[in-house]
Amino acid sequence: MTDGIEMFPLIQRLDEEGNLTGELGVLSAESLKETYTTMRFLRTFDERAWNLQRQGVIGTYAPFKGQEAAQMGAVAALNDSDWLVPTYRDWAASYLRGVPMEHGLFFSKGHPSLGDIPVGKQVLPAQVVIAAQTLHGVGVAWATKLRHENVATVVTFGDGATSQGDFHEAMNFASVLEVPLIFFCENNQWAISVPLAHQMHAETIAQRSVAYGIEGFRVDGNDYVAVANLMHDLTERVRNGEGPFLVEAVTYRLGAHTTADDPGKYRGTEEEDTWGRRDPLLRLEKWLRAQGLLTDEELVTLDAESEQKVEEILAIFREALSMSPLVLFDNVYATMPTNLASQRAQFEARVKEVGA
Amino acid sequence: MAKLTIAQALNQALELALAEDPSVVVLGEDVGKDGGVFRITDGLFDKFGPDRVIDTPLAESGIVGTSVGLAMAGMKPVAEIQFFGFIYETMDQIASQAARVRFRSLGRYSAPMVIRAPFGGGVKAPEIHSDSLEALFTHTPGIKVVTPSNPYDAKGLLLSAIDDPDPVLFLEPMRLYRAFRDEVPEEPYRVPLGKASVVREGTDVTLIGWGPSMALVLAAADELVAQYDISPEVIDLRTLTPLDEETIVTSVQKTQRAVVVHEAVRTSGFGGEIASIIQEKAFLYLEAPVLRVTGYDTPYPMTMFEDLWLPDTSQVVTAALSSVRF
Repeated sequence: MTDGIEMFPLIQRLDEEGNLTGELGVLSAESLKETYTTMRFLRTFDERAWNLQRQGVIGTYAPFKGQEAAQMGAVAALNDSDWLVPTYRDWAASYLRGVPMEHGLFFSKGHPSLGDIPVGKQVLPAQVVIAAQTLHGVGVAWATKLRHENVATVVTFGDGATSQGDFHEAMNFASVLEVPLIFFCENNQWAISVPLAHQMHAETIAQRSVAYGIEGFRVDGNDYVAVANLMHDLTERVRNGEGPFLVEAVTYRLGAHTTADDPGKYRGTEEEDTWGRRDPLLRLEKWLRAQGLLTDEELVTLDAESEQKVEEILAIFREALSMSPLVLFDNVYATMPTNLASQRAQFEARVKEVGA
Repeated sequence: MAKLTIAQALNQALELALAEDPSVVVLGEDVGKDGGVFRITDGLFDKFGPDRVIDTPLAESGIVGTSVGLAMAGMKPVAEIQFFGFIYETMDQIASQAARVRFRSLGRYSAPMVIRAPFGGGVKAPEIHSDSLEALFTHTPGIKVVTPSNPYDAKGLLLSAIDDPDPVLFLEPMRLYRAFRDEVPEEPYRVPLGKASVVREGTDVTLIGWGPSMALVLAAADELVAQYDISPEVIDLRTLTPLDEETIVTSVQKTQRAVVVHEAVRTSGFGGEIASIIQEKAFLYLEAPVLRVTGYDTPYPMTMFEDLWLPDTSQVVTAALSSVRF
């Protein structure tokens, strides 16, 4: 066995009882109130998306419930010129970087606009191959380094991704090339039905940094205060050329891997209850209440506002469904080859015949 | 005008591209100080430095995957995969990533990158080094597949590939790198992608090939003229995706016969696609079935049986004769 836990002690500032065990650091009480408001909205959205799949409105959906603090913290220190390279569960992180929340629904619906990132927002569209994006993150960070831009890139991925070859190639490339990148692992403990202990024989993901000659950190991923402060520090250090870094945010997926599996088949309720008590929303709520910054009435208002926002997103989503299927042919190549143009014409005739 | 080999022409193209556009970077295993195992990047490291001509760690998926990121963030990577057979290790990053960037992002991002790889057999290389796997990529929407067969095309096609806004797989016929020289203009010029070349005009049978197989197709054409008084038309496809169907169909409508030649194994090879296009678009002109001269459906054999396994000129001549005499 290794001594990974000893080497990489869990960084925490706000415990699960909502007590501050460290400093607020770069955060303020007001900013935390705002964070909580966003978190609450994100939770509402995520739960609604789950229901939408059950109603057949969208296809398979990967919920992020429980990982809000990790995802929000991961991007907390990024500015407009920085990059986020997310995986398919990171709708909270992408949303904070300016990707409209309906993209999470587009992704599950297979709507082509799922990757239509607003111009100026430096986020890559989600893709599903586990760990493939870690190499893209290295490439993006490498490009910014070659152009001498003072820019940080964050690439996010799950614990299962650290078993993939691409993750190791990415770690190796990043360290050899010294790119300004933060590898941000949302260790949610489960790769579908396989627990971390069956995913790897090491104690922590953070210790994998040692093999690549870079600094690693293990942070309580359900503690927004700790994650956000760590990422502020590391983002600045990355901009100063000290990267790359590996961050293991220890969190938990409170629900299923996707709408297609049932966690009841592979994990116990005791574990789920334990992690339920560590819910990132609960602890922030406890702290805000203790500060007198949150009341029951306000929560009622927050929920109403969240529901309202989700309804607005759904309206945009429904509106977008009228897109012409001919779009499928428009972005395969920059200029459509002749044979594809002829297939497009055949498809168009078929669409007219059977209806879109 | 200087007479250059394919290897020299490619080197010149890379040098011009690096000089023309600061966003172009060359990366891969041993491409820097060593100048590449086939010396295609020779001298570039000294001229452009380690930030433009980059020796990467030994990891094919890493090379292509980071190139995808570089390209999405505005660079123009030209990645070398040392031998085409190692492309399997990059399949996800090419087929599921590079080729889909534009589609996935509804045109918001693109991956203007080139993946260069030595292609084809006949040089007595170890296992997996000589496989012809072009059909894996012609079967992959979103990527272009280009393969020159002579020095002039090699330079012009590579410069076009680097200019191209989409990912391009650029396959270099390993056996022809230094097989002969041709006149190659020193200045930059482009040979357009997607345009086949009618290398030789004829009336009796259309011989279709690409990359390394062009050497035997041309030799067979000479033999058909000299010994059998048959006039073959020879087409070098140059680009497999997008395919210049028009040139193929026009030629076959004229000659009424076709033979397709490739080194790749027969089943599901690109030759089947060509035959199918001819059947769909020139059926009533045909006087004989479309024939294929290909490798066999076995793993590529190493050194010992390689020459026996590979298609050769005599097989192309035999196929052409059997088409004409059908």
